[in-house]
Formats: sequence, structure tokens, C-alpha cells
Amino acid sequence: MANFLDKHREKVVMFNQQYRGKRKLKTTKIDVPENLFTRCPFCQDLILTEAVEANDYVCPYCGKYFQISGRKRLAMLVDPGSFIEYDKKLKTSNPLNFPGYEEKIHKVSLETGENEAFISGKATIDRMNVMIGVLDSHFLMGSMGSVVGEKVTRLIEASITERLPLVIVCASGGARMQEGIFSLMQMAKTAAALARHNDARLFYLSVITHPTTGGVSASFAMLGDIIVAEKDALIGFAGKRVIAQTIKEDLPDHFQTADFLLEKGMLDIVIERKELKQTIVKLLQFHRQEEDHDR
Amino acid sequence: MTGNHSAWEKVQLARHAQRPTAKLLIHTLAPDFLELKGDRCFANDDAIVGGIGTIDKITMTIIAEEKGTTLEEKIRNHFGMPHPEGYRKVMRLVRQAEKFSRPILFLIDTPGAYPGFEAESRGQAEAIASLLRLLFTIKTPIIAVVLSEGGSGGALAIGIADYILMLENATYSILSPEGFAAILYKDASLANKVADDMKLTADDLFAYGIIDEIIPEAAGGWHIDNYTPLSALQTKITEKARSLLQLDPKTLLENRQARYRRYGIYVEDKT
Ligand SMILES: [Zn+2]
Repeated sequence: MANFLDKHREKVVMFNQQYRGKRKLKTTKIDVPENLFTRCPFCQDLILTEAVEANDYVCPYCGKYFQISGRKRLAMLVDPGSFIEYDKKLKTSNPLNFPGYEEKIHKVSLETGENEAFISGKATIDRMNVMIGVLDSHFLMGSMGSVVGEKVTRLIEASITERLPLVIVCASGGARMQEGIFSLMQMAKTAAALARHNDARLFYLSVITHPTTGGVSASFAMLGDIIVAEKDALIGFAGKRVIAQTIKEDLPDHFQTADFLLEKGMLDIVIERKELKQTIVKLLQFHRQEEDHDR
Repeated sequence: MTGNHSAWEKVQLARHAQRPTAKLLIHTLAPDFLELKGDRCFANDDAIVGGIGTIDKITMTIIAEEKGTTLEEKIRNHFGMPHPEGYRKVMRLVRQAEKFSRPILFLIDTPGAYPGFEAESRGQAEAIASLLRLLFTIKTPIIAVVLSEGGSGGALAIGIADYILMLENATYSILSPEGFAAILYKDASLANKVADDMKLTADDLFAYGIIDEIIPEAAGGWHIDNYTPLSALQTKITEKARSLLQLDPKTLLENRQARYRRYGIYVEDKT
């Protein structure tokens, strides 16, 4: 990684110098081949897209974490080529006949190339079999409606049937408003499945990433045997804005950050993104079942 | 069966200043009710009242969200919005109910979980999640009644049950119509417009199979005649408790699991 950056540093610096002059202009399109550079949403610097990818989608300049899609997250964690996707054919209908909902889903599906906000299946991580699911914050903020709830539940059930550890990476704005009461009931449905998973004495690792709030935080995100959160992730139940409005309280800057929750005793570990995979591997090794030890 | 009130009118009736709260029901149906306080960890949350009482010769653990009726009470109970210690008290009392094979009665009436710094600091997401999971393991019958306002996770937290009754003008929803309108349309004043689309009335929820039975109120609402729904509630609660007590614990839990397992509407392509 360091080598890679050094190699390109000159180019990037030059590019940044050129671009800085124009930054005050309202240009969003820049005259370079498409996708060659990515602009950091935090420090605004331009970075070679390859460099961003090679650095686990962390800005090499300011160190802030980019919000990544479910597919990219999955690729960062599982062994290449090992992922077998489940329940791809589950699609969202419109349970409440809510105005405009089908159109919205259709539009987001085209933009993201995904059916819904949860990608799940079986994979290996450092050659250990796992059931893994990833919420996709790019799909309607990773909100949980009937499809997400059903896919999470089926993944938990598959983990019970195959007696494999379960890893869920959360990133969600909470409830899928357009599905109303059915969205609320997914909290109960996933918690019920985790009660069975718990009875089966299987390992569930919850990985919380930015942002995880509302109905997802108050169901499966907070029910991991071990809960690991990514540095700087926003985690909470009620929205910061709602709290500020209703309570008229001044909120500290680090309120609802991963470090805040760690300090309050709500998380096991807060970790840098680049250390996430090796920590997951270690935790999976600690929880190997008997059969695995024989190998 | 539920008159001609619109969804928004029902929202108003469910929040009516003179509408009775859980304590009227408790004192009428279980005159020997004894309150048990505290989560044994941090504090007692007055938004959730818990205790033991006898309803028609059945000793039950009764747990209710209580908004309060006087201003002083409302402030003390933070308007029926539970804090984490409230849910943790419920966890203690339902485990106790299971130990002594007492059926459990949940009475739901809350705008939602408390949106505040303290509630977040003490982990309300964790408290709600853990309570939800726990309720699927409690081997004693649970009956829930949506009395008035069933708001979001605060309502669901004591909404896991084997049989669910709902008063005619009560509402049960993912969020308040104001919060819903603020999130989807960035304008809380559209609450009256979205209430209908939210499908939050007892009729809607009965049609979806989320609740099992609607308890009629007097014309104009529960506050017009306090006693109309109470005798029906007494009959239904005790009937159901008696029949659920006949089930062996394994079947009871399997049925409870199956009930929540089927919630959700989606399509699955067969190709
Ligand atoms: Zn940056």
C-alpha cells in the first residue's frame, strides 16, 4: 500500500494542485478519465481510486472512512470466490400499498444493482465456513422492511441448520417507513430467530458499521455474542436530530459514536477498518466447533 | 365495526387528554395489584408499571406503560416513554413470572421509546433488543393489550405475546404520524395526511393478522364511558389465560415463534 501511494504520490499531488485552483467553482465533473480519481467526501482531496480501494476505502490523507456498498464490504471480508449468495429471488412488494413505494424500490434497484438492502449467503473467512450477511447502506439507507427481515431470519436459520457461525455486518438507518407495522415486526422476527440461535449454542458475531440506528440497532445488531464496531461509526436508537428537537438538550460531539458506546459499556471492541478482518478471523477461531478442531 | 372515525381521528382519540390509562384497568380488574419496582441495576422507571395482581382468580404478572393522568405524574412518567431501566425491569419481572408459572399481561400505551441523551447512554437499543429476544423464551402465557398509543420499539418491547387485543380507537405503528411525516416528507405538519397511509388502526392491524381481536369502545371513545371496554377485557384476558395455561410450554413457545415468523409481505421469484 505504502509503495503504491509513493508511486502515485507525484501524480496525485499535481492533480490536487491543479484542482485546488478550481475547487471554489461549482464543478463536479472534472476533466479526467471517469473513475480514475475519487474525491474524499471529508477532506475533499482527490485520490486515485485504486489507492482508495487498496486502502480498504479509507482516505490515505485524512484517515476518514468511506461508506461502502454491501458488495464491497463483503469482498473485503470473505475469501475470494467463496461466497454463495442465498435468497437472491426475494423481492420487495408493497405491503401497505404505500404511495410511490414500488417506484422508489425500482429506482434504487437500478441505481445499486441490488434487489434489496441485505446481501446474505455462505462463505469462508480464512478458510472457515460462515454464514454471513451484510446490510447495504446504499440501498434506501439499509432500512429494514419485510425482505431484509426475512433474509436475516433465513440466514440465522441456515446458520442453525448447518451449525455454522453467523456474522452480520450492520449499516442501517433503521425501519423501512413505507412498510409500517411490517417493518416493526421484523425486529421481533429476527430477535425470535436469534433466540433459537442462542438455544442452539452457536456463535453470532455482530459487526456494526456506520451508521447503525433505529430498528436494526434495537434488534439483531445489539444481540451479538460479541459486538465489534468500526471506528467512528454512528450507533444509536433515536436519531440525533429527534433527540435535539424533543429534549432540547445539548449533545456532546462524540454522542452516539462507537467510542461513546464503548465508554458506556455497550460494545466489546471498537476497531480500525484495516484490522477488522483479522479480528473477525481471531474471533471465529476462538469459537470453532469440535468438528473443526479435528481437521 | 369501528365507527366512521378516520385514522387521524383515531390518533386523536388514542391520545385524548381524558382517555383512561392503564392504572384504571389495573385497579378495576385486579384490585389486589401490588406494584414491584426497579431493575436491580440502575433505577426504577415510572413509565413502566409492573407488579402482581389477581384477575378473576388468576394471579398474573401485570406490566403496563403508564403515561400518568396529572401533570406531576406525566412528568414523573416522562409521558409514558420508557427508559432502558424500564425494559430491564420488565426482563426481571417476566423471568420471575416464568419461575412461578404466572401468566403475563402487557398493557401498551406509549408514544415510543424515550428520545434522550440518558436513554441512549444507558443503551436503550440493547435493552429493547434483549427484551425482545428474551420474550421468545419465557415459558408462560403472555397476553398483550394495545390500550391507546402503540408507538414504535417502545410498544413492541412489551408487544410480544401469544394473544393480542386492541381497543377500537387505539393505534399501533412504526412511529408517530408526526415522526413519520418528518422522516418521509421532511414536514411533521403532514401527520394528518399520512395517518391513513400508515395503516395504524385496529381494523388495519386485525386485517394483517398482527392483532387477534378488537375490543369495542363506547361511541365517541373510551373517555366517554370508561367501563365499556373493561368487562370485555376482563372476560377475554381470563379466558385466554386459562386456555393458554393448558398448553405445554414447548408448544406455547413454538406457537409464539411461528406467529412472528410469518410476519412480512414480499415476493419470491420461482425461476
Ligand atoms: Zn480525506
